[in-house]
Amino acid sequence: MIDDAVLSLRDAAVSVGGRLLWSGVDLSVRPGEFVAVLGPNGVGKSTMIKVLLGTLPAAAGSVTVLGERPGAAGEQIGYLPQRRNFDGSLRIRGVDVVRLGLDGDRWGVPLPFARRFSSGRRIADERVREVIDLVGASAYAHRPIGECSGGEQQRLLIAQALVRRPRLLLLDEPLDSLDLPNQAGIAALIHRICVQEQVAVVMVAHDVNPILSYLNRVVYIVSGGAASGPASEVITTETLTRLYGTPVEVLRAADGRLVVVGGPEAPALHSDRHADHHSHEHGDRHEALR
Amino acid sequence: MSVFHDSYMTTALVAGTGIALACGLVGYFLVLRAQVFTGDALSHVAFTGALAALAFGIDLRVGLFAACVLIAVLFGALGRRGRADDVVIGNVFAWVLGLGVFFMTLYTTNQSGSSNSSGNQTVNVLFGSILGISSGQAVTALVIGIAVSLVLLLIARPLLFATLDEAVAAARGVPVRLLGYTFLVLIGITAGEASQAVGSMLLLGLLAAPAGTALLVTDRPFVGLAVSAVLGVFDVWVGLTLSYFVPDTPTSFWIMAVAAATYACAVAYSRMARRRRRPGVTAAAS
Repeated sequence: MIDDAVLSLRDAAVSVGGRLLWSGVDLSVRPGEFVAVLGPNGVGKSTMIKVLLGTLPAAAGSVTVLGERPGAAGEQIGYLPQRRNFDGSLRIRGVDVVRLGLDGDRWGVPLPFARRFSSGRRIADERVREVIDLVGASAYAHRPIGECSGGEQQRLLIAQALVRRPRLLLLDEPLDSLDLPNQAGIAALIHRICVQEQVAVVMVAHDVNPILSYLNRVVYIVSGGAASGPASEVITTETLTRLYGTPVEVLRAADGRLVVVGGPEAPALHSDRHADHHSHEHGDRHEALR
Repeated sequence: MSVFHDSYMTTALVAGTGIALACGLVGYFLVLRAQVFTGDALSHVAFTGALAALAFGIDLRVGLFAACVLIAVLFGALGRRGRADDVVIGNVFAWVLGLGVFFMTLYTTNQSGSSNSSGNQTVNVLFGSILGISSGQAVTALVIGIAVSLVLLLIARPLLFATLDEAVAAARGVPVRLLGYTFLVLIGITAGEASQAVGSMLLLGLLAAPAGTALLVTDRPFVGLAVSAVLGVFDVWVGLTLSYFVPDTPTSFWIMAVAAATYACAVAYSRMARRRRRPGVTAAAS
């Protein structure tokens, strides 16, 4: 067991409603490492985040987050849930949304004119400005967040997750519903945060390609099994064929992008909800081949 | 000022101020959380509660508050995370209105001897009677209004967090569910109180108009909260004054007219502001 691990899972398993989602997950993440949780849709990747947050108990194995049981160190975890965009008519500034990440759990209201008298307030203002600067959102942080683009909103929400200087950042599909340049931009930003701030990042993703070059390790989950290690060892024809139990081929495009071909269909239970998602994902990857 | 020479005007101003403060503050979150329909439904619950109390011959306000708070909690229990969805509200709303009609019939037939007074009471419940309340009732209204405002200010920041970002707030340890219920109870109390002033039919205007106006003129949440409260008080004061100077016109009409006019001005203002901004944006982009 590594002593300075931010989080570690040993043979962890999770079941929801009596159904075993995944099992046999081993993972250890150190400060400044960037780890992706991959796998087909409906396999329970987001459930992994819930286990790390402590909102869902592990069915087997051991889970340690920041040296404690999950949920005990919530103060030091930044969390970005899977989401749709803010409503276009929402007239609240981005900077206010970021600010809630800092003191949103405190009772009461901020007092008017406190900036003039309270040094705590000035320090808080400074921290919010600093973190907005870090994610490159200064240009639009004072506009209503509903009027910001999807990529701009995502940067502001990453700032919100970072504002308390967490040691661990849990991101659930932060690149979802972004166009390709924005995916690349956000991926580069997350990598920069990892390195600069020495934050450990665990990111759920359904497409590994935008983050492939930044990853220290991946966890690949399929129903029933899981494999973890460097991307170059896990996302291979051999490993995935073994995991899925059916022939799967991993192809590498000229630009380094990975394409998984011949994966089994998503479980029937989830095929409706994720039908278009799934084909979209494959469409992306085929595009990389051309 | 001559307005204050008449004691019933002072009484109305005292009661109206408490009610307007609560409506402005609660209304801001109502609009932000897209729960305006909840407010609408609860204002009609006030109608049913009042008529039930009248039918059973107990204090009208007991019925008002009991019905509003109970149904508010029911909304939360039927919804998700202390926030009711539209289908639930729609169904309960229709059922409660039906009950209201039932109690109204019960009340008017029992009071057949003096059908005129029972008719008046029904009209008061529907359209308000702020000029008819006693000074004791006015002080009660002010105290309740201030109490609701204080509780809302106490939970304002975590409630805003839970409103904008439920999952993150919950992960941070904000009691999202409890806040949802507390807010529903606050709406219930506010609806029960305000229906005495402007009536259950017009209550929604006092809840939604100042808040809608505030959200149009500022994008800072806590400034918006203050603006909404101030606008609520402004609407009630100006409405009362106008009804004093224009004889034989209903107060509720003036309060709603002022609220609607302020909202219309804010819409015009924000349209103009946006149009002024847009050419600048395209110029910068090109």
